[in-house]
Amino acid sequence: MQMPIPNAAVLDKKQHIVHRLLTVLPKEAVISDPSQTRAYECDALTAYRCSPMLAVLPSDTEQVSDVLRICFEEGVPVVPRGSGTSLAGGALPTADCVILGVAKLNDVLETDYDNRLIRVQSGRTNLSVSGAVEEDGFFYAPDPSSQLACAIAGNIGMNSGGAHCLKYGVTTNNLLGVTMVMMNGDVVEIGGSHLDAGGLDLLGVICGSEGQLGVVTEATLRILHKPVAARPVLIAFDENEVAGACVADIIKAGVLPVAIEFMDRLCIETSENFAKAGYPDAEALLIVEVEGSEIEIEEQLEKIIAIAERHNPVELRQSNSEEESAKIWLGRKSAFGAIGQISDYMCLDGTIPVSELPFVLRRIGEIGEKFGLRVGNVFHAGDGNMHPLILFDANKPGDLERCEEMGAEILRLCVEVGGCLTGEHGVGVEKRDLMFDQYNAEDIEAQLHVKDVFDPKWLLNAAKVFPLTATETRRNAS
Amino acid sequence: MIPTSELELVEAIKSTSEPVRIVGGGTRQGLGNTVKARESISTSALTGITLLEPAALTLVVRAGTPLADVQKALDLENQQLPFEPMDHRALLGSAGASTIGGVVACNISGPRRISAGACRDSLIGVRFVDGSGNVVKNGGRVMKNVTGYDLVKLMAGSYGTLGVMTELSFKLQPKPAEVATIKIHDVDDVTGVAALSRALGSPNDVTGTALVDGTALIRVEGLPKSVKYRTKALKDIFASQNVSVENDPVKSNGIWAAVGDVSELAGCRGDIWRISVKPTDGPVLVAKLRAAGIDLKVHYDWGGGLIYLRVNDDLNLRDHLAGFAGHATLIRGTGAGAIAMPPQNALVAKLETGLRAKFDPRGILNTGIMG
Ligand SMILES: Cc1cc2nc3c(=O)[nH]c(=O)nc-3n(C[C@H](O)[C@H](O)[C@H](O)COP(=O)(O)OP(=O)(O)OC[C@H]3O[C@@H](n4cnc5c(N)ncnc54)[C@H](O)[C@@H]3O)c2cc1C
Repeated sequence: MQMPIPNAAVLDKKQHIVHRLLTVLPKEAVISDPSQTRAYECDALTAYRCSPMLAVLPSDTEQVSDVLRICFEEGVPVVPRGSGTSLAGGALPTADCVILGVAKLNDVLETDYDNRLIRVQSGRTNLSVSGAVEEDGFFYAPDPSSQLACAIAGNIGMNSGGAHCLKYGVTTNNLLGVTMVMMNGDVVEIGGSHLDAGGLDLLGVICGSEGQLGVVTEATLRILHKPVAARPVLIAFDENEVAGACVADIIKAGVLPVAIEFMDRLCIETSENFAKAGYPDAEALLIVEVEGSEIEIEEQLEKIIAIAERHNPVELRQSNSEEESAKIWLGRKSAFGAIGQISDYMCLDGTIPVSELPFVLRRIGEIGEKFGLRVGNVFHAGDGNMHPLILFDANKPGDLERCEEMGAEILRLCVEVGGCLTGEHGVGVEKRDLMFDQYNAEDIEAQLHVKDVFDPKWLLNAAKVFPLTATETRRNAS
Repeated sequence: MIPTSELELVEAIKSTSEPVRIVGGGTRQGLGNTVKARESISTSALTGITLLEPAALTLVVRAGTPLADVQKALDLENQQLPFEPMDHRALLGSAGASTIGGVVACNISGPRRISAGACRDSLIGVRFVDGSGNVVKNGGRVMKNVTGYDLVKLMAGSYGTLGVMTELSFKLQPKPAEVATIKIHDVDDVTGVAALSRALGSPNDVTGTALVDGTALIRVEGLPKSVKYRTKALKDIFASQNVSVENDPVKSNGIWAAVGDVSELAGCRGDIWRISVKPTDGPVLVAKLRAAGIDLKVHYDWGGGLIYLRVNDDLNLRDHLAGFAGHATLIRGTGAGAIAMPPQNALVAKLETGLRAKFDPRGILNTGIMG
C-alpha cells in the first residue's frame, strides 16, 4: 500500500516543532522518542504500520487549538486519533505527522435527562457514555462491538454503527452537536441541544469525515430511556437463500426488530467449537431481537415466528430466561474471536440491498473458491451490512495480497448489486484505492471541495479516503 | 426552463449566465430569503419513481415527483416516509403540489422527527447538478453507507444553493398498525412541556409530543397490543392530571396532521416565526416574550423544542433570543425587516460561503436564499 513520501522539510525541523509544542503542552503530553511513538504506529488494521514523527495528548479544547495552530503554521500533517480501533487504517500515521490523540479528553460535561442529551469530551469511550447515564435508566444507542475501547471521537470520525442500528440509527442520527477545532486553530461550535442546523447541515458532513475536516473535542449526544426488556429468537435454516428470504419477509411484514443478525455455516461451526453456545447444525442462522415490555415482546415474536415457520426452519429456538438469551447471543458475539482462534482473517464491511443477499452470498462462495481462500459470513442482515471474514495465513508469502485482492473483488460485487464499499468501518487507507469503483471523478471532486473548504492546506489526515492520485496536486500545493 | 431530463438540466445550468430560481411545486416558495432572479428552473418534468423495494424499505424517486404521488405509491405497500413532512400551503397561503425535491431541499420534517429523525436522517442517496453543471451522486440506496463524505446530509436543507437535485433515495418505514393519542388537558406551557419531557424520557417509544391550545398531545404507534400497553403506561404516569385518550386512528392521524401543519396558526393574522431551541428552553423563552409585553400565540412540537409563534409584524423576534441556544426563522410576514433565515456565527458563515463558492462558483443557484 502506497503512502505519500514524507515531507523532508518537516522531518528536519522536528526539534523545533517539539520545542514549540512544549510551549503549549505539559512535557508528558508531547511524545517524541521513537521507542514511545511506536505505540501509535497502527490502529486495528495491523497489516499497515508506520511510526509518526510525534504524538501529542492534549487535555482540553484550548490545547488542541494551540497544537493545531502550531502545526498549521509549520505545515505539519496531523492525524487525529481516538482509541485507535479503526479497522480501515483511519488512524494510521504518516512518518512526517503529529498524531493528535484525544484520549485525555474524557469528561462528561453535562447530562440533561429532561432534554435527553449528554455532552462529553470526545475521547470518552462509547460504553462509558452509556455508563454515565445507565443508573438513571438511560443509554446512548449506537453500540459498535468495539464499544469498550472505541472513543466517541472515532465514532464521529467513522459514523460508526452497531448491532442495534436497525432501530436506533448510526452515529449521525444520534449526534446533536460538536465542538471542533479547525486545522488553523479556530474553534467552531456546530449544532447543540436544539434540533437541526439553522444553515447548511455541516454536522452531517463532519460526521463520517474520517478526521479530515477538523478535530472534534466535544460532542452533544442524544440519549434514550432503556427499553423495559429485550429478547432474541434463534432461527436456523438449511439454505442461505431461505434465511435471506425470511429476513425480507420480516421487514416487509412491518415488524421492525432492533437487530437481525446472520451467520453462515463456517461461522456457526467455528463459534460453536469455541464458545459452545449450543448452536444447531445448519447452513444459516438468524438471531432476531425485539424490545419492549413482556406483552410487546410476545406480540412481535409471535409475528416473527409465524413468518419464520413459513420458511421451514431446521430449528427455531425461543428464549425463556436471561441465561437463554445470553446463550443465543454468545455464539454471535464470539464469532470474530472464534475465527481469530483458527486463522488470520480480514474483515470486510460492504453493504448490499437486502434483496440481493442470497445472490451475493452465493457469489462470495464462488469468489472464495476462485482465490482458494475460505470465507465466513456474519453480519447485520436487517440493513444489508455484510462482514465477510476472509481466512488467510499471514506467514505464508503472498497470502495477504491474495486476500486483499479477493476482498476488493467482494467489495466491487457489493457496489455492482447497488450497495457500497463500506457500511460502518470507513474508507481509511484500506478502501481508498477502490473509491473510483463506486464514484466517478465528478462525485469525488465534489467531496474534495468540502475538504478544500475545511482544510485548505490539506494537512489533516490527507492520505486517506481518496485515491492518492486524486488528491496529489492538492496535497503537494501546500 | 423546464428540463425534461438530467441532461437537459445540465445544459440549462451550463448555458445560463444569470441567477436562477429553482422551483419544485411552489408550495414552499415563501420559505427563505428573497431570491433575486429573473429566470427559473423547474423540476416539474423530472418525475417518476425509479425503484420501490418494500422488502428493503427503499425508495428511489426523481426530485420533481409530487409528494402526493410518492405517498400514494407507499400507501399501496403499507409503508411511509418516516419523517412525516408537513404541508406548508395553509400556513403560507400557497397553492400547488409539493414535490419530494422541495421537501428535501428544505429538510421538511414533522412531529415524528423526535423519534424517526428529520428528512436528512431518512435520506440515503442523492443525485444533483451543481452550479457548474457537474452531475454528482452521493450515498446510494442502502441504509448503511460511510463511503466517503456524507454529502447527502449536506444537500438536505441546502435550499438549492449547492445544486439542483434530480434523484433521491430514502429509507422507508412500515406504517404502524395502530395509533393512539394521549391528551393531557388544561396544562400551561411549563407543565405541558414538562409532561412531554416525561413521556419522552420514559421507555414508551412515543412518536409525537406537541402542546397546542393548552393540551399536551402524546402519540404512540405500533402493533395493537403494544399501543394499548403503552397508552395505559402513559395514562398511569399522568394519572393525577386531566387525561383522555383518542383511540380512533383516523382522528389521531387528523390531530397529528394538524400539529405538523401548524393548522391553528395558519388562519391568524401577523407574522409566523419558527424557532428551534432546547425543549425545556421553549416555555422559558415564551414566558420571557410574554413578560416583554409581546402579543403572541404559540404552538409547540418536538417536546417543546420546536416553536411556532404568531406575533405582530412590528417585531424582529431575534432581538429577544439572547441567551438561548438555537435559531429562529421568519416563516411568514415581514418581521420588522428581519431577514427570513437565521444568520450564522462568523466561522460557520465562512464555511458555508466557502462551500457555496465551490459548488456554485458563479453564485447563480437560489442566490441569497439562505443568507
Ligand atoms: C473488534 C472490533 C469490533 C468493531 N466493531 C465495530 C462495529 O460493530 N461497528 C463499527 O462501526 N465499527 C466497529 N469497529 C471499528 C472501530 O471500532 C470504529 O471505527 C470506531 O468508531 C473507531 O473509534 P476509535 O476511537 O478507535 O477511532 P480511531 O481508530 O482512533 O480513529 C478512527 C477515525 O476517526 C478519526 N478521528 C479520531 N479522533 C478524532 C477527532 N477527535 N476528531 C476528528 N476525527 C477523529 C481518525 O483520524 C480516524 O480516521 C470495530 C473494531 C474492532 C477492532
